[in-house]
Amino acid sequence: MTKWSGGRSLAVLTLGMQSEIFALEAGYVREILDLVPVTGVPNSDPYVDGLINVRGKVVPLADLRLIFGMPRTEPTIDTRIVVVEVPIDGDPTIVGIRADKVYEITELDAGSLEETPRIGMRWRPEYISCIGKRGADFVVVIDIERILAGGAAGDEAALASPLRLGAA
Amino acid sequence: MSGTDATDTFRQEAQELLEQLEHTLLDLEHEPGNSALIDTAFRALHTIKGSGSMFGFDAVAGFTHHVETAFDLVRKGIVAPSRALIAVALAAKDRMRLLIEHPETTDTLPGDAILRDLRAIVDAGAMPAATDESFAAAPAAAASAIPEPAAGATWRIAFQLALDAMAMGTNPLLLLDELRALGTATVVARTDAVPPLNMLAPSECHLAWDVVLTTTHPRAAIEDVFMFVIDDMTLAIELAAPAPEPPACHEPSGKETEVAPGAAPAVPPHTAAPAARHNGEPVAAEHKPAQPEQRNAKAVDSIRVPAERLDELMERVGELVIVQSRLTQIAAASHDAEVKSIAEEIERLALALRDTTMNVRTVPIVQLFGRFRRLIHDLANELGKQIELITVGEDTELDKTVIERLNDPLIHLIRNSIDHGLETPRDREAAGKPARGRITLSARHAGAEVLVTITDDGRGLDRNRIQARAEEQGLLAPGVKLSDGELFQVLFQPGFSTAREVTSLSGRGVGMDVVKRTIEGLRGKIDISSVPGTGTTMALRLPLTLAIIDGLLVRIGTGRYVLPLSAVQECVELSPDEDARPHGRNFLNIRGDLVPFLRLRELFDTATPPDRYQKVVIVVSGEFRVGLVVDQVIGNHQTVIKSLSKLHAGVRSFSGATILGDGAVALILEIGHLVALGAAQESRLKATV
Repeated sequence: MTKWSGGRSLAVLTLGMQSEIFALEAGYVREILDLVPVTGVPNSDPYVDGLINVRGKVVPLADLRLIFGMPRTEPTIDTRIVVVEVPIDGDPTIVGIRADKVYEITELDAGSLEETPRIGMRWRPEYISCIGKRGADFVVVIDIERILAGGAAGDEAALASPLRLGAA
Repeated sequence: MSGTDATDTFRQEAQELLEQLEHTLLDLEHEPGNSALIDTAFRALHTIKGSGSMFGFDAVAGFTHHVETAFDLVRKGIVAPSRALIAVALAAKDRMRLLIEHPETTDTLPGDAILRDLRAIVDAGAMPAATDESFAAAPAAAASAIPEPAAGATWRIAFQLALDAMAMGTNPLLLLDELRALGTATVVARTDAVPPLNMLAPSECHLAWDVVLTTTHPRAAIEDVFMFVIDDMTLAIELAAPAPEPPACHEPSGKETEVAPGAAPAVPPHTAAPAARHNGEPVAAEHKPAQPEQRNAKAVDSIRVPAERLDELMERVGELVIVQSRLTQIAAASHDAEVKSIAEEIERLALALRDTTMNVRTVPIVQLFGRFRRLIHDLANELGKQIELITVGEDTELDKTVIERLNDPLIHLIRNSIDHGLETPRDREAAGKPARGRITLSARHAGAEVLVTITDDGRGLDRNRIQARAEEQGLLAPGVKLSDGELFQVLFQPGFSTAREVTSLSGRGVGMDVVKRTIEGLRGKIDISSVPGTGTTMALRLPLTLAIIDGLLVRIGTGRYVLPLSAVQECVELSPDEDARPHGRNFLNIRGDLVPFLRLRELFDTATPPDRYQKVVIVVSGEFRVGLVVDQVIGNHQTVIKSLSKLHAGVRSFSGATILGDGAVALILEIGHLVALGAAQESRLKATV
């Protein structure tokens, strides 16, 4: 395995989806919420088929399990929504990410980070930044910008002004 | 934050000055004798030059200097504000804008060409004595061209600056120096208005001055010294010693005339200064009545706010309205009278706040109409047509965002009217109409909408040609009888064109289909009516605001959705017969009219079992009606529109989302899209029958 070319340690939020541990770079994360009522959006991309109310803002809810080929499961007491702010087409956008469980904010040091292997992966390598280790477990650091950019279809722009993001 | 960037401030200010300059020039074209307009143009030029060099836009300042010099000659009556001069000045204005927006522009050729034209016009228009002088020397020649009191005159000048004059960047010493430069001056400061030291704010200007000035310069030269502060100051200029000629007669009849000696003989200037000022109390308040009446109160009483802050404010108010409706819901269930009354009070305040905020966001449509004067001026020249522009209802206010987005569609519609609608002067005369065509832009409030119309008195639309062309292009079934309104909607189909010849104007930029889409994107509608030989009217109906709508809340399965109430015509029950009809024959009979309906349950893949009695909400978009089948009609709902993120940009059935009283998110249905689906269903059905 090759060292990750980023060459720095990463502060990440680790979260569980199914039995795997994933990590989001902590810089994207704004807050973590308990599961709130979700409004379905018919005819949308299945992995972003929900909207939630995050303190007065309408925020899309992404289910990354579908991106990584996992089945949907019923929410449990551990289910959380990780609210992230990610640039999509240059516009900072707030998105909720559904996690089966949220573990902790932690530092993955540079030495433990490795490039995503091209083969032998269950998941599309372009959606993964790098792979780190947390104890004996592997942690998959996901490339959230790329995942969401792939989902932003065309520019059939929505009607009113783009989602506004004053610091809450 | 961009507001602190001085360069941006300059750009913004220059932008406004250039706009003002353009309007003034266009007005001047119609009233060449109006010296107030000439003064306004000159002042705008002077300010652009001055602040341009202050902020390092040297190219702008250098260029503007020459234009300013030319207008100085106009102001002095040496050069007439001819059409040719105004045309060059407009070109120069465009050049200034370019230099301001792209300071890196190094190509000076176009600018030189403009200045050459300008000089040619000025030289030709100037009095013979000035013809051979170099450009820069012309003003001197001009000054000597005006008959003057030979030995000079002695003037008594009394002036007092606004209290905040120094804060606004005026340096009284420089004004005094300028006066001294005109001749022999004796300056006496009046200190009676200066408050005691402990009350004195050092940045306020409490002094007034009396100046006795002996000069050979005309009165106008003295007034020029105060040119940039005149609006906010008191100034009295009177002759101390008799002169051979009353100087008032060769002074431009500008707005300063109220201080002319004849009009206000020996008014002691200090009467303007309020007497009781020693305790330095709310000086600004008592200062006001003393200001000259014609002062532009608007400019002083308004402040500049970045649009994004207004958006933010609107958003906060929107959130407040949502939270308030939750509170109302909880209070309604409560038995505590006090809670109920507080909830009512908050509801009243929140709604008032919402209305005020919406008001703040609106701007008069004159901002938009004003931009078209130049367009029409240029188009008229380009196409050899004579056009008169009439604007009605310029004060009508509209959401700023709507105004901004209306710009391109209106340009397109106006171009169309001028290019295709108005005939050439010869054709018009042959048709017994005045040679000068007329374009009327009007705006007025109509209920919760604003109606904007563009009317020309041209040849009108040719029904038969449009129908023939539409049939040819397969947009209409042959022989269909349509009302005017229905037929003219064809014009908005992509690719539709009846233009006999392609001119430089048609086929450029947005097409009519884009116009329609933009208007519908603003939740507006566009209709065309036309009388052959008499003219065409395009009517745009626009909502007052983009941010809040009245909605009808419905339920489909477990999901709640909002329909814009303005699109809803009626609600009916779906009879079991109609419900049972096979798919593909989804039609309702509404008082004799067949209306197609869409089952939103199917469109949205609803899994739960349908309610027993399905309801149909009949909605209308443009000329077309469609029924939307829902499980339940819940009721009216004030909706604060939240846009969807880019992740849902591909979802066409929804125009946005809103937050309901219980905090849940509901989607807002996009009527235009759903009606188009209904129309497609209808044409499929017609094709199979």
